[in-house]
Amino acid sequence: MQVDNIIILGVNHKTAPVAIREQLAFSGDSGLPFSDLMAMEGVTECCILSTCNRVEIIVVSRDPARTTQLLRPFLFGKSAVNDQEFEKYSYLYQGEEAITHLFRVGASLDSMIVGEPQILGQLKQAYKASADNNCTGAILNRFLHKSFSVAKRIRTETNIGGSAVSISYAAVELAKKIFGELQDKTVMLVGAGEMAELAAEHLITQGISQVVVVNRTFENAVKLARRFNGKAAGLDDLIPQLENVDILISSTGATDLVLRHEDVKPVMNRRMNRPLFLIDIAMPRDLDAKLNKLDNVYLYDIDDLTQVVDINKAERDKEAGRGERIVVEETMKFTQWLAGMEVTPTIVALRRKAEGICRTEIERTAGNIKDLSPKQEKAIEKMAGAIANKLLHDPITYLKADQPGDKGEKLALIRQLFGLDDDRA
Amino acid sequence: MKLLFQLTFLIYIFVTLAYLVYFVNQNKRVRTLARYGMLVAAVGHLLYTMIRYLEAGHTPITSLHETISFSALAVTWGYLSFRWRYQVKNFGVFVSPLITTLMIVAAFAPQGTTRELTPELQSIWLPIHAGISLLAYGFLALAFCGGVMYLLQEREIKNKRFGLFYSRLPSLEALDRLNRHGLSAGFPLMTLGIITGMIWTKQGSGAYWQWDPKETLSLITWLVYAAIIHQRFTLGWRRRRAAIMVILGFGIALVTLYFASY
Repeated sequence: MQVDNIIILGVNHKTAPVAIREQLAFSGDSGLPFSDLMAMEGVTECCILSTCNRVEIIVVSRDPARTTQLLRPFLFGKSAVNDQEFEKYSYLYQGEEAITHLFRVGASLDSMIVGEPQILGQLKQAYKASADNNCTGAILNRFLHKSFSVAKRIRTETNIGGSAVSISYAAVELAKKIFGELQDKTVMLVGAGEMAELAAEHLITQGISQVVVVNRTFENAVKLARRFNGKAAGLDDLIPQLENVDILISSTGATDLVLRHEDVKPVMNRRMNRPLFLIDIAMPRDLDAKLNKLDNVYLYDIDDLTQVVDINKAERDKEAGRGERIVVEETMKFTQWLAGMEVTPTIVALRRKAEGICRTEIERTAGNIKDLSPKQEKAIEKMAGAIANKLLHDPITYLKADQPGDKGEKLALIRQLFGLDDDRA
Repeated sequence: MKLLFQLTFLIYIFVTLAYLVYFVNQNKRVRTLARYGMLVAAVGHLLYTMIRYLEAGHTPITSLHETISFSALAVTWGYLSFRWRYQVKNFGVFVSPLITTLMIVAAFAPQGTTRELTPELQSIWLPIHAGISLLAYGFLALAFCGGVMYLLQEREIKNKRFGLFYSRLPSLEALDRLNRHGLSAGFPLMTLGIITGMIWTKQGSGAYWQWDPKETLSLITWLVYAAIIHQRFTLGWRRRRAAIMVILGFGIALVTLYFASY
């Protein structure tokens, strides 16, 4: 198999604005145009990845030059984009470049937020959809599975998905550094707001057991509390309640401070110095900056959290560099495999394997028998060779036969049966 | 004999360096190396101490070299027993330098006997007393390391400057738990050590308590730790304050250990 038979045509958030991408994203309802794509000249296998940030058409073609010409109009078919804009908005990768590209996409190195984990799931779904439509064969099966394992490898070997890159996740991460497990902890929401609720939701998915909602208007508190299955309290209940709270997220519209240093100080004694994590995402601020000076009180405002996020982003970029190196390595391995996906190299590999087995077995047997004459040893060697050849005869004939059907499937089958590719993906 | 000590010493240094390298670059293979190295050093060290016991015919705590080497051994085995029970991220990075420091002191400490052991003092209670007391110090040393880690981690979280430690050290909760475990293993052992020491003294000199400087210091150390534990479990001196207390407590314990060998 020629490396150049693999083609990827795509658009993503970097190359095309949303307005353009919207015009081509194949929507899930109408179904992806698998049959059109398979009917295209030269195409033997295909897969379509369509997410809100990218569309990728992955194709294996017998006639790459011709398929390339047809692919672009296919991708932009329904939209009013002219030829020049095609070039500008889309990218076309072939051969090794295509392999590298898919590995990078799967490993989230090409994502808007580097390291975000969703893309791998989306890629898996895309693969499943095209496999269900019988659009994948030996090459894409291996290619896609390889891209999953490369993504997994990068995730475990680098810290690419390690640290939080959104404010609410950063808050959760900090909470975990302070409290360890969040299972038996209580969070208090003071005021309401999108970000506060988001952070609360994240905390709940991390196992926070109780939510207390405090609001100036008690009704609003009750409403929000119901959503989180929690308790509601009035504003004057804030300080007494503080004794049982571990994390407090404040986001009121109040112009004055809601919680002061001298309010919290006596509470800390009653809390037996259990730590208190205060998150202030209000503008202007709700919580006294001096609170951070209290022992075992950790106060973070929106600027602090933003700073955490920025540091983490920089960290991810650094880790991405290590991921790129893995991609290069894996691309090389996959290219080697592809080169072996031809009849002749496969037969060579089969023979080599048989010879190797014969040699080791002859050595073992000859070592066990004493007083073996050179003539007898020759006879044993001959017999072993004959058995191996007879056994290989049928698989080789099968490989060489010019039957209809996917040649790749046959090669993949033989290679798998005889274990010719040492790493199993 | 001497060779075995030097070999163990070298392995400890190697383990410490490996842990430090691991701490910076987080390469898991280096950590595996450090872990096995620690195990080898622990076994070598134990052998050394036992051979020394057999050669001398009494518990090897009669010279400063022996006492400190013995206590380093206690820290090592305390650490290994801890590791076996539960894991604290990057704990080895902080414990191994402490062990190595003790080993360096042991290597340069006078080898000569500081005290003649009269036959009366050579009872079975001596190894029991010494073993238990030093193991207690081992656990208190672990609490000390936990305290140092706590303060480093807390400083980064409090000041919002995330440097080397934030991502590498475990949560404050885990470090505080380490403090508690170290104390709750170390303190009872220390109490037991003092009781067995009294029995041993009684055998040797006829009185349980003689108010010599060594005994007085032990009592002070014991009282300090008793206070730490009391404050911790009744008044909520946890977390930061507890971390500072175990660090101070260990300082006093070290002074006691130094004088105990005379």
